[in-house]
Amino acid sequence: MRDPEAGWRRLDARTVLATSALAAGVAGGAALPALFALGGRMPLPRAVLLVLAGAVLVTGGGAAAGWVRRRRTRYRIGPERAELHTGVLLVKRRSLPRERIRSVDLSARPLLRALGLVTVRIGTGEQTGSGESTLLLDAVSRQEGERLRKELLDRGTPVAGGEGHRDGTLAVLDLRWIRYAPVSFVAPLLGGAAVGAVLQVSEWFGVRDRVIGWTWDHLRDVPLLWAVPALAAFALLTGVVGALGLWIEMWSGYRLEREPGGTLRVRRGLLTSRSISLEERRLRGVDLVEPLGARILGGVRVDAVATGLATGGGEHASSNVLAPVAPRAEAQALAALVLREPASPVREEALTRHPRAARNRRLRWALTAALAPAALLALLGLLFTGVLLWTALVVAAVTVPVAVLLALDAYRNLGHGTSGAYLLTRSGTLRRSTVALQRSGVIGWTVRRSVFQRRAGLLTLAATTAAGAGAYEVRDAARDEALEFADAAVPGLLAPFLERRSGP
Amino acid sequence: MRGEEEVRLRPPRHRVDRRAVAWWRVRCLLAAAVPAAVAGAVGVFVGPARPGLWYAAAAIAAAGLPVAAFLPLWWYRVHRWEVTEDAVYVRTGALWQEWRIAPMSRIQTVDTVRGPLEQGFRLATVTVTTASAKGDIRIEGLDHARAAELAEQLTRITGATPGDAT
Repeated sequence: MRDPEAGWRRLDARTVLATSALAAGVAGGAALPALFALGGRMPLPRAVLLVLAGAVLVTGGGAAAGWVRRRRTRYRIGPERAELHTGVLLVKRRSLPRERIRSVDLSARPLLRALGLVTVRIGTGEQTGSGESTLLLDAVSRQEGERLRKELLDRGTPVAGGEGHRDGTLAVLDLRWIRYAPVSFVAPLLGGAAVGAVLQVSEWFGVRDRVIGWTWDHLRDVPLLWAVPALAAFALLTGVVGALGLWIEMWSGYRLEREPGGTLRVRRGLLTSRSISLEERRLRGVDLVEPLGARILGGVRVDAVATGLATGGGEHASSNVLAPVAPRAEAQALAALVLREPASPVREEALTRHPRAARNRRLRWALTAALAPAALLALLGLLFTGVLLWTALVVAAVTVPVAVLLALDAYRNLGHGTSGAYLLTRSGTLRRSTVALQRSGVIGWTVRRSVFQRRAGLLTLAATTAAGAGAYEVRDAARDEALEFADAAVPGLLAPFLERRSGP
Repeated sequence: MRGEEEVRLRPPRHRVDRRAVAWWRVRCLLAAAVPAAVAGAVGVFVGPARPGLWYAAAAIAAAGLPVAAFLPLWWYRVHRWEVTEDAVYVRTGALWQEWRIAPMSRIQTVDTVRGPLEQGFRLATVTVTTASAKGDIRIEGLDHARAAELAEQLTRITGATPGDAT
C-alpha cells in the first residue's frame, strides 16, 4: 500500500471551462472596440470575420492554457502533509505539515459559483507574509472544497466549553442591520470616488468639458452657496447607494457557525461567496469596533482577536471580522457565545477611567491640529492679501469646535480594566475599539513614557500578544494605577521589576 | 490596599558596554556628516545655490556635533538590561523612555547581530523575538563575548521552559 503515486488528485475539469469563459469574456470585451477600429479601414463583413477569428483564437488559447494548467497541477492530502505540485515550465512543489494547518478558506467568484466551483486557500497562518505558507487550489468542486475543509480542520478533539454553549448556528444576518451601512466611512469615500470616476471616464472620451459645462448650466441659476452643498449632497447620496450595495454584496447570506471540531465558520457574500474558518484554539479575545457613524446609531462590529490570521491587505483584510455592525446588545451576546462565556466580558463598569491629564493632552493635540492650517492661512494673509485672514477665521471657527469635541470624546472613551479572564482596553473616537484579550494570551509588556507623559504622571502600557495586532495599548493611564493593573492582570510577570515605596 | 504607595519600574541591573558610547557617537556623526557632506559637495558644483547649501551644511554640522557629544552619554545612563530565570527586561530611550518585558516561556528565537560598525567596536546586538509581531526585544551595545554568552544562556533557558510560546 505504500504507493508514492497514490492519493493524488487533480483540479476539477470545469476549471478549464472557467478559464475559457474568462478568455471569451476578454475577447468579447475587446471585440467591439476592435470592430470599430477595423470597420473604418475595410468592408464590414471582412472586419467582422477578422474579429470573430481573433475571438476564437483568444478563447481557444485560454482553454488550452486552462487544460495544461489542470494537467500540471495536482494535490494530495496525506496522513502527515498536504502537498501541491504546480507549474508548467518551472515545477513548484509545496507541502505543509497537517498539524500546522490553521485555516481552510473557500471563496467563489460569480463565474466559479455558476459552475459550482470554489477556490480553496489552505494556510498555516504564519506571519511570514511571503505567501509561502499557503496552498491555493484554483479551483475544485464545491463538494471537494467542503470535504477538504472538514478533513483538514476536524481534529476530533472537542473543546471543553461552558454550559449552554452549543455547536451549530451562532448568528445569522438580520436585514435590519443594513441601517448601519449608510453611516459607514465607505459612503463619503464611494461618493468621492464616483465623482472622480465620472470626471476620469469623461476625459477618456474627451467630453470632460461638456460634462462640467452641463453641470454648470444646471446650477448657474442657483447661488453658489447652495450649489456646493447640492453637489456634495449628490455625491454623498451616490456614496450611500454604493455603501448599501456593497453591504448587500458583502453580507448577504451571512452566517456564523460553530462546528463540532471546535472551529468557527463565517459564510457570507452575494456574488462572491466566502467561507472563512477560525480554530477556536487560536482565539484570544474579541475586538468590539465602533466606527463613529455606527456608534451614534448604537452599532457595534465584532472582530476576532486570533493568532495566525492573515493580516495582509487585499482579499484577506477582513478575515477577522466575525459579524457586521449590529445593535450593541446583539453584538455583546455574540461576543459571549463566541468566547464561550456566560456574558460578554466587555462591561462598562469594569473600565477604569483615565486621569484628567490625558484629557488635557488630547485637547492640546486637537487644538494644535485645528489651528495649524488656520495659522498658516493667517500668516499668508498678513503677507499677501487680507482675504486669507477672513478665510483663516472661518477655518478656525469650523475646525476648533470639531477638534475639541473629538478630543473630549477621545478622552471619554479611554478606559482599561480586567473582567474575569480578560483584560479590557478601550480607545479611539472616529473608530472606537474595545478589546477583550485573554489574560493568558498576554506574552509580554511594553511600557512607554515620553517627557510630556512623565510630567503629567502618565504612561502608555502595551500588552503584547501573538494574536491580532500584536500589541494592545492602554494609552495615557495614571502611572501607579497602570503598573498595578498590569501586575494584577498577568500575575508574576511584572512583579520582580516593580518597586513600591510609601508616597509623600 | 496599597492606596498611598508609589509604584515604579526599577531600572534593569546591567549597563551596556562602555564602548557603546563611542559606537553611538560614530553613528550620530555619520548621520550628520553624510547629509552635510552632500549639501557641501553640491554647493561646490552649483554656483547659484552655493551660500544656501553651505549654510545648510554648516547648520547640520553645528546641530550634529553637540548631539553626538552628549546624547550617547545620556543613552549610556538610561540603556539597561537584565535577564532573570523568568524574563528578559530592557529599558531604552532618553526622551521617549521604553521598558520591555518578555517572559522566558514566550521567547521564540534569540539572534545575535553584528553590523560592520559594531564589529569595529567589538560590540553586538542581541534580538529576542516572541510570537507577537510587536514584542521583539533588542539589547544593543553588548560586548561580543558577553552577547554570545547571553544568547547561549537564553537559548538554554528557553529550551528548558515549557510552553508553546503563544
